[in-house]
Amino acid sequence: MTTTGAASAAGLDGTSPVSEYGTPDPGLTGDTITLNVFRGTPDDQQGDVTYQVPGVSGMVVLDAIHYIQHNLDTDLAARWNCKAAKCGSCSAEINGRPGLMCKTRIDELPDGPITVRPMKAFPLIKDLVTDVSRNYEINRAIPPFTHAPDDGTPWRIRQADIDRLYEFRKCIECYLCQDVCHINRTHGLLDRFYGPRFFVRVASLEMHPKDVLDRTEQTRDEGGLAYCNVTKCCTEVCPEHIHITDNAIIPLKERVADKHWDPVRWMGRRMFGNRDNDTQPPTPSPAG
Amino acid sequence: MSAESYITHECDVLVIGAGGSGMRAAIAAAEAGCSTIVITKSLLGKAHTVMAEGGIAAGLGNLDDADGWEVHFADTMLGGQLVNNWRMVELYAHEVIDRVYELERWGGLFDRTDDGLIMQRPFGAHSYRRLAHVGDRTGLELIRTCQDKLVHTAGAECLMEYTLTRLLKNGDRVVGAMGYNRNDGKFVVIKAGATILASGGWGRMYRYTSNSWEGTGDGAAMAYDAGADLLDMEFVQFHPTGMIWPPGARGILVTEAVRGDGGMLFNSEHRRFMLDYDPVKKDLSSRDVVARSIYKEVQAGRGSPHGGAFLDITHRGADYILRKLPSMYEQFHALASVDITKEPMEVGPTIHYTMGGIRVDPETSATTVPGLYAAGESAGGLHGANRLGGNSLGDILVFGRRAGVAAAEFARTEGQQRDVDERDVEAEQTALLDPLDSSHGWTDRENPYHLHEALQAAMQDDAGIGRSDASLQRALSAILELRGRSKRMRVVGRRVLNPGWHTCRDVTFMLTVSEAIVRSALHRQESRGSQWRFDFLEQDARQGQVNYVTRRDGDSMTVEAVPLSQMPANLVQLLPRSRFYDPAKLPKGYLRPEEMPPATAKEAPG
Repeated sequence: MTTTGAASAAGLDGTSPVSEYGTPDPGLTGDTITLNVFRGTPDDQQGDVTYQVPGVSGMVVLDAIHYIQHNLDTDLAARWNCKAAKCGSCSAEINGRPGLMCKTRIDELPDGPITVRPMKAFPLIKDLVTDVSRNYEINRAIPPFTHAPDDGTPWRIRQADIDRLYEFRKCIECYLCQDVCHINRTHGLLDRFYGPRFFVRVASLEMHPKDVLDRTEQTRDEGGLAYCNVTKCCTEVCPEHIHITDNAIIPLKERVADKHWDPVRWMGRRMFGNRDNDTQPPTPSPAG
Repeated sequence: MSAESYITHECDVLVIGAGGSGMRAAIAAAEAGCSTIVITKSLLGKAHTVMAEGGIAAGLGNLDDADGWEVHFADTMLGGQLVNNWRMVELYAHEVIDRVYELERWGGLFDRTDDGLIMQRPFGAHSYRRLAHVGDRTGLELIRTCQDKLVHTAGAECLMEYTLTRLLKNGDRVVGAMGYNRNDGKFVVIKAGATILASGGWGRMYRYTSNSWEGTGDGAAMAYDAGADLLDMEFVQFHPTGMIWPPGARGILVTEAVRGDGGMLFNSEHRRFMLDYDPVKKDLSSRDVVARSIYKEVQAGRGSPHGGAFLDITHRGADYILRKLPSMYEQFHALASVDITKEPMEVGPTIHYTMGGIRVDPETSATTVPGLYAAGESAGGLHGANRLGGNSLGDILVFGRRAGVAAAEFARTEGQQRDVDERDVEAEQTALLDPLDSSHGWTDRENPYHLHEALQAAMQDDAGIGRSDASLQRALSAILELRGRSKRMRVVGRRVLNPGWHTCRDVTFMLTVSEAIVRSALHRQESRGSQWRFDFLEQDARQGQVNYVTRRDGDSMTVEAVPLSQMPANLVQLLPRSRFYDPAKLPKGYLRPEEMPPATAKEAPG
């Protein structure tokens, strides 16, 4: 807790600290990396601009973009935050494939120039930055987690339920799944399609043992769940390896099908009216 | 020069920052019936809170019956070397328990015990298993839960990708802030009844940092400019375990949960050196101690190939590691080509957290300027000289909420008059546009990124983990020289999403905050917590009785020693409840050992 004997162990003279790591090894590989980076705004599309960057051991694409910003072009726009694949800000299309710039190692890309472009499914703002605000509108439209009234004592939940939901909660909202999905990318239907990210969101709410709402109708109608034809492109690009199609979308589709196409339920609706919304809320857990 | 037109918003409560504390504050203010605007420099949900991995420290006592707020209080005070604001710690240790349960009722997930209760993991310098967590992504869970709560809370609105650069005052009172929309470069003025700074900490002025680009100290610098007091600025936390290789990954955090879950530190001679430095807490000693220990091993020539230590958790087996530390596995696999289930990680200290910050009232989070509040990492006082892991996620929830409630009350009762002075708006516009003005004809113009790199070198080498009067004086000279050069920063391009232009103001803010760190560190002529002075290796009882407060006096920065308030006897009596309480090794300060309770009191029922 105290700092007695601090310097003696380090063999220091007790007057002046030295740099933590000595002179840092810049890790230069001697290679030169060539990047073709998209530049422009909706009004002023310049196309790809070529930059050359010194190679560094273990370098990721975002390192190269930072080098360009610091030394070659201070006006190059790119989003980023954590640089550790935990925030989902630096999404782009690298050699045509949607990915996180902070997680894409240059030494794992084929030799030759690297193309870096903004996500195609969203409107361009500038350079590598796109307008992803539609995603925030969708999130607002999905009814939030809602639990049954209870007495406020600590909940008891099984770890197995947490494990199942945890996969969905790993989502870092990079929107690469939204970008790669052909419903958005080719058909431009994001205005009537929640997209993979928000099917994952709905699934995480629907499968929460304490949630009492039913969002399947809304997901089918407003969310355009049926547009998805399970090509699994979203799963392939997910940097968190969430099994979006298998574990979120297909179970949601099954719930919709159960409600609307189950012949027994269909007959029931004909005879007794629509009671689909009286889903049984889970019984509040007894206190410890 | 006449003022350029700008967009005006008005609200009861303005919250600057949308990490955990900002969102929790906004939810509280909106639920109190106030129109609330939350500003974020990034997209919503990207704030630095997502990086917090280990968990939320709360004395739930789900695994260890002996735990409770009292022991949490004692651990936090002792970890902070008793220069924390004891009242903040008391409120915190009490209320964080409710905040954890509240988060769960908002849909947040936590790992469970066999009985289905919230699981708690051990962490450095916590007496008991205390951190509520979900895998190693608790920060992401917290931010997503608060985000979903916020967007569905009536009365709260979020403006994304705006930078605010100046607090606007009407007389003595803060009545809002101004800045620009990053995406189109247009100016914005937000008039507010009360303003909350929830803008996080500042680590970007160091070379090796776990902070994102946002950690430039905007909130502290703006508060300082507006005349608010800053507290304990010398206390900057080095997290002992950051990645150190490859170069691009240097500084990225390796969660303390690795050690919480059994990871051990080794030097190049395969010796568990923490057994030598802290035989009691070992690898889970407090962060300041572990960081210094790694530093000493490296200086003694026993470092790893890239100048750090080895962190090994392979003995826990692949199944356990993949379940409890999935994002660490992924991080090392993707960035360093290291399989942590089979090989040790190479780690070294990285700037992680700033204990110091804006001086606030413990009950209301009010700063020393009327109408201005601060919460979370941007505020100071809770953590003293060293923060324990798990206490930041709790901090942001407890004091975010308190700030929101108090600011809402102020906005309703004293915050109706919200007129801003147009001359202030015009002056700020002129200052912001200066780097884009091509009419200067400078020949010696400065690249803001290069000034930033120079500042990082100065702070890392001379105001880093170890400091001395000579090194700090060198850092101060460098800062003052860079301050002069920063007036000639010049960038190309227009105002639409121009990162070079944005960096100009970041550099200005970082210079202010760096100067405060260095000046405070010069004043604290002792080693305490994160402050390690090579020229004053011992703790000094006299300086254990004060906090150093930095404030603006005209154009110069002053530092004043302010006495700590006396901890009430009932709280002093709680200190022995910490398992790490040792009367012989108490932090030196106003509590003399003879006034302290005997160590045996810890066994007494509470």
